[in-house]
Amino acid sequence: MKITLEPERCVGAGHCVLSAPEVFDQDESDGVVVLLDTEPGAALADAVHEAADLCPARAILVGGEDGTP
Amino acid sequence: MTEVLYPMARQCPFAPPEEVTRLRDEPEVPRVPIWNGVRPWLFTRYEDARLVLSDPRFSADKSRPGYPLSSAVAAAETAVEPTLLIMDNPEHDALRRLVLGEFTVRRAESWRPAVRSVVAGCLDRMLDGPRRADLVTDLALPVALSVICEFLGVPLADRELFRSLTHTMNAVAGTTGTAAAARQELQDYLESLVAAREKDPGDDFIGRMVVRHVGTGAMSRRTLSAMALLLLTAGHDTTANMVSLGILTLLRYPGRFAALRGHEDPRQLADTVEELLRHLTIVQRGIRRIATEDVEVGDRLVKAGQGVIAAINVANRDPSRFPSGEDFDPDVRAHGHLAFGYGPHQCLGQSLAKVELQETYHAVAHRLPELRLAVPVEEIRFKSDMAVYGVHELPVTW
Ligand code: HEM
Ligand code: SF4
Repeated sequence: MKITLEPERCVGAGHCVLSAPEVFDQDESDGVVVLLDTEPGAALADAVHEAADLCPARAILVGGEDGTP
Repeated sequence: MTEVLYPMARQCPFAPPEEVTRLRDEPEVPRVPIWNGVRPWLFTRYEDARLVLSDPRFSADKSRPGYPLSSAVAAAETAVEPTLLIMDNPEHDALRRLVLGEFTVRRAESWRPAVRSVVAGCLDRMLDGPRRADLVTDLALPVALSVICEFLGVPLADRELFRSLTHTMNAVAGTTGTAAAARQELQDYLESLVAAREKDPGDDFIGRMVVRHVGTGAMSRRTLSAMALLLLTAGHDTTANMVSLGILTLLRYPGRFAALRGHEDPRQLADTVEELLRHLTIVQRGIRRIATEDVEVGDRLVKAGQGVIAAINVANRDPSRFPSGEDFDPDVRAHGHLAFGYGPHQCLGQSLAKVELQETYHAVAHRLPELRLAVPVEEIRFKSDMAVYGVHELPVTW
């Protein structure tokens, strides 16, 4: 599972941090999403997909094992 | 034949209008007449509502001709300083970016102790008095107002003025003149607060924004004071209504209310808050937009210049997304609900609002375990005609 961010779209709602705190954080000063782990393990797959689905700005893209989106 | 206007009347105070719910299950998405003769499309299904709220071809700019304004008051408000709520991109995101850091999940958590003590103060005063209170004036309004005052940095000495102006602005919403005057006074007050912070920035929202953005020219004094006013208008009445309507709902489910008493499970408290947000969806007239280009939504073609309404209260009960549908069931996770909207305008203050709701519901369940209504539920006046749903008063005893 490979994650790509489009941080310029982020509107700071924070669903990603609530869904998968191991993977996403919000920058302390500007509030924009930051990626803590670009290739999290399979155990976090559900949480990461939930974050991508909930993100109101569609700023989180999840690719497959082989790197395809 | 006279047509029924959207939003239709509720049959049950705890459910959206049946007529709108029924439309969700019809194959064809309808166009419905509203108060000013405009006929926007009415999207009631979850996926359609999400698309309408997140697709950049839909504009939130109320001044565009044909925009499906929710009321005459909303029409009057477009004349004032544009706020985030009615801005489109790229201007919207650029302005929102300047303040985003103040609203992260972590920042909201850092407010928890302050919120807790504000709630405790209100409950102390209630418990000192006779065993009877109005949870709207004794708890919901003062909690929401104190938190936003502390957030913005409104000095204690000015709180009473601020409270009475806010009260006037909200109480008479629907009658334009007095509300607009109070709103203008608040705007002037906030502008003077910004000016004062330019001389002596404190460690609060206005102070920090003055240092970071007004000083550098990224934001004008006027833009910052308009932003402060937006935080008040978007955050105060909404949170207060969720507090009182949420407690009324919990009282109808005594087992759920009792379960919030313990400290053991913050997850359960958080899930209950999400479910209350979904189930109640107090932004009851839908979120409105206007198409700037032709857009396909589901199997419908919305033409450029046509208005749309995302009926989030009904979409939030769409069984294709939420298994609990019409029921209130905190055991089924309600994540993904649209009570705070969706897309670029999704509520900026949502993390703070959730902290306020969690702290208030928990403290009430913990300190007033015997809480019950002091009047029959039939006597409670619901805010059926207002943009934000709730109760006018909530007389309780314990
Ligand atoms: C339970 C309480 C609340 C509810 C139900 C609520 C609901 C909403 C909704 C539905 C929107 C989206 C409007 C749209 O798309 O046109 C919104 C936007 C907004 N809310 Fe909230 N809100 C709440 C609390 C707060 C609080 C506490 C604050 C501030 C501290 C706040 C500040 C804002 C702002 C600034 C916006 C505009 C964001 C933008 O346009 O980018 N809200 N809110
Ligand atoms: S959920 Fe999306 S918009 Fe919200 S903070 Fe995360 S990346 Fe940003």
